[in-house]
Amino acid sequence: MKITRKDFLRISGLSLLAAGCKRAAESVSQPASSVRAASTQPVRWGMVIDLSKCREKDGCNACIHACNAAHNIPQIANHAHEVKWIWTEPDATVFPSAQTDFAPQTVTETKVPLLCNHCANPPCTRVCPTQATWKRDDGIVMMDWHRCIGCRYCVAACPYGSRSFNFEDPRPSIESINPDFPTRTKGVVEKCNFCEERLARGLKPACVDACPQRVFTFGNLADPESEPRQLLRERFAVQREPELGTGPSVFYLV
Amino acid sequence: MLMLDKALKGSRRYWMWLLCLLCVIVAGLCFYLRQLNQGLGITGLSRDVSWGLYIAQFTFFVGVAASAVMVVLPYYLHREKQFARVTILGEFLAIVSVIMCILFIFVDLGQPSRVLNIILYPSPRSLMFWDMVSLSGYLLLNAIVAFVTLRAEREETPAPRWIKPLAILSIPWAISIHTVTAFLYSGLAGRSFWLTAILAPRFLASAFSSGPALLILLCLALRKLTAYDVGKDAIRKLAVIMTYAMTINVFFVLVEVFTVFYAAIPEHTVHFEYLYLLGGGHNLAPWMWVSAIFAIAALVILFTPAWRRTQLPIACILVFTSLWLEKGLGLIVGGFVPSPLGAIAHYAPSLPEWTIVAGIWSVGAFLITVFYKIVLSVREEVES
Amino acid sequence: MRDRVWIFAGLAFFVAALTCPAWYAVANGKASNKSKPPNLELPANQKECVAPAGTMRAAHMQMLIQWREDVVRHGDRRFVAFNGKVYEKSLTRTCLGCHNKEQFCDRCHAYSGVSDPYCWNCHNDPQTVAGSRTRSTP
Ligand code: SF4
Ligand code: SF4
Repeated sequence: MKITRKDFLRISGLSLLAAGCKRAAESVSQPASSVRAASTQPVRWGMVIDLSKCREKDGCNACIHACNAAHNIPQIANHAHEVKWIWTEPDATVFPSAQTDFAPQTVTETKVPLLCNHCANPPCTRVCPTQATWKRDDGIVMMDWHRCIGCRYCVAACPYGSRSFNFEDPRPSIESINPDFPTRTKGVVEKCNFCEERLARGLKPACVDACPQRVFTFGNLADPESEPRQLLRERFAVQREPELGTGPSVFYLV
Repeated sequence: MLMLDKALKGSRRYWMWLLCLLCVIVAGLCFYLRQLNQGLGITGLSRDVSWGLYIAQFTFFVGVAASAVMVVLPYYLHREKQFARVTILGEFLAIVSVIMCILFIFVDLGQPSRVLNIILYPSPRSLMFWDMVSLSGYLLLNAIVAFVTLRAEREETPAPRWIKPLAILSIPWAISIHTVTAFLYSGLAGRSFWLTAILAPRFLASAFSSGPALLILLCLALRKLTAYDVGKDAIRKLAVIMTYAMTINVFFVLVEVFTVFYAAIPEHTVHFEYLYLLGGGHNLAPWMWVSAIFAIAALVILFTPAWRRTQLPIACILVFTSLWLEKGLGLIVGGFVPSPLGAIAHYAPSLPEWTIVAGIWSVGAFLITVFYKIVLSVREEVES
Repeated sequence: MRDRVWIFAGLAFFVAALTCPAWYAVANGKASNKSKPPNLELPANQKECVAPAGTMRAAHMQMLIQWREDVVRHGDRRFVAFNGKVYEKSLTRTCLGCHNKEQFCDRCHAYSGVSDPYCWNCHNDPQTVAGSRTRSTP
């Protein structure tokens, strides 16, 4: 058989195209999320934070230390490059639209713990070009640090400032490394994972267990009998900026 | 196919110019290697301002790329013969701009080695995926149209018939690249500065003035430096397009300002206050005012019959600089400050960042020089 | 024919650039000790791996990537080995629970010229970091 140069180029171009299409078709048809046993009841992990209990022990930060130690969070001196999973901000910052005029400083300046809300309809996963961040069937918004290309689109999309980018290698800034959890590398985005690795072993998140005041109530929001659902029935709670339609899974009792 | 041989014969001046550009490219490359090694921490970016000069420059050059439509459309759709000599220059400008855009995105990535994940795990829900599709498609379209017509010209045959549909397809495609780029920003719930339906129209208006401004300047430079003249008519038409587009752009900005300040919702006003409030210690504010003053000055020149023709280069420079400041800097940074948590984080590009940007600009200048050299040599050959 | 010298200089440069890794290796004396295989330290407390040695040698990277996908993306951590034993899919807990990274992984990787795969940019060797703190048990 004789092939001219033109034919050769044409054939190889077409086969490349075909291979590309096949690949694309495969990845589109892949099931998007997890293969968690379909038979079990629906799960949506969520958390209720009782601020009145938290206020009683001002300046405690046990939850933050527990998280930092469990997840190898670097303590970076430069504010611009900080990495945070759970931290505190003044009440007025966390709930900007829930402020009343003439509120006393004691209220606007109390420290409120904040973390990723594991939104029911998360804008961060919607924008990710690689599905490096996605919502699992149990409601946890996960990060895949193997896949993240560091475009920081999710950082721009999250309306709660929950995401941190690794501007530098975090390892030198980690006091003591917990070998059971990976550190991250420079150039990827990270955030709270609701202690997915502990949930898999039947434990509660590290912050929940660490809090001496039992401020955090963690459980399945899809189950009407769960602890957080009971609390939400009994007391008045708020979410952070629910008007954005993100459906935060973290609730605050004020 | 690429007729690169044409780019290899040039005057001393041509080679010196390319050499200078190469030096800047190498400088940029050195800083990029450092960024690769140390992470994006060497830029001025921060947790709160997570996109900066790179992405802003990307946005600006998507606009320049899209503006090629302003010569392609009259030439291919309305058979405006005046544009015969400038159309291909516009197409090459689009090609180079798209390449620059791709480079700007690339240097912005934290993990550039994984960039193919965008293709391996295509995510049609992400606008970034569509941006990639539309930009690469646009690059391909323009490259085919430009090189095939040029080749036909060299062989003194009419361009193949299938070129015209491709050129016409590139018109809506150009609109799409800039619309999708605007949607990147305007679809984000927490960023009220961008959360406005006028963002895409505004992007297009500013694109259709900054692009022609640059194209006019390039044509004038060609006339000065070489014997190639695109013709007075073409330049005049381009200037008219630029004037209209700039007027519309200013109008859109004012519409936005009215809505924001009359409604006076703090969430929306804070961003404008951050960008334009002088004396608040905001480092961008003086530059935003320079941009505004340049825009007005440009319009004054362009609307005054006595100056319109004589001062055209100055008007073009004013338009280009004004929009470069507005879109290539303020528009992105302004969306991040204040942050959703109300933090005012100052952002100033660092020296490595500026150098890398200069490097990419030089890549652009290098490529445009080579491409224009090819076009000019081919045309010279045909004409002689 | 004036260009001949340029053409040959260019060709020579191209060939040199193409073969430079080989020269580099020779210069560093790396190529010479190819003959003697690395001395790998096997775990003392275990006789059996999660798959036969041959499979592990040939395909541990594919297996690790499969584990990674299963754990991170599907929350599936249970691995049933060829002999019916159940393991946790974990580099740090399972692999490095028995193997010593420095005396096993690193030696062979260095020998094969693939030292420092980027796994270690994030994942830790419990033996080197354990000194800094007692292991937390999440
Ligand atoms: S809080 Fe932010 S990061 Fe967390 S799920 Fe919601 S949008 Fe995503
Ligand atoms: S930074 Fe990573 S997780 Fe965030 S959008 Fe980009 S690829 Fe996805």
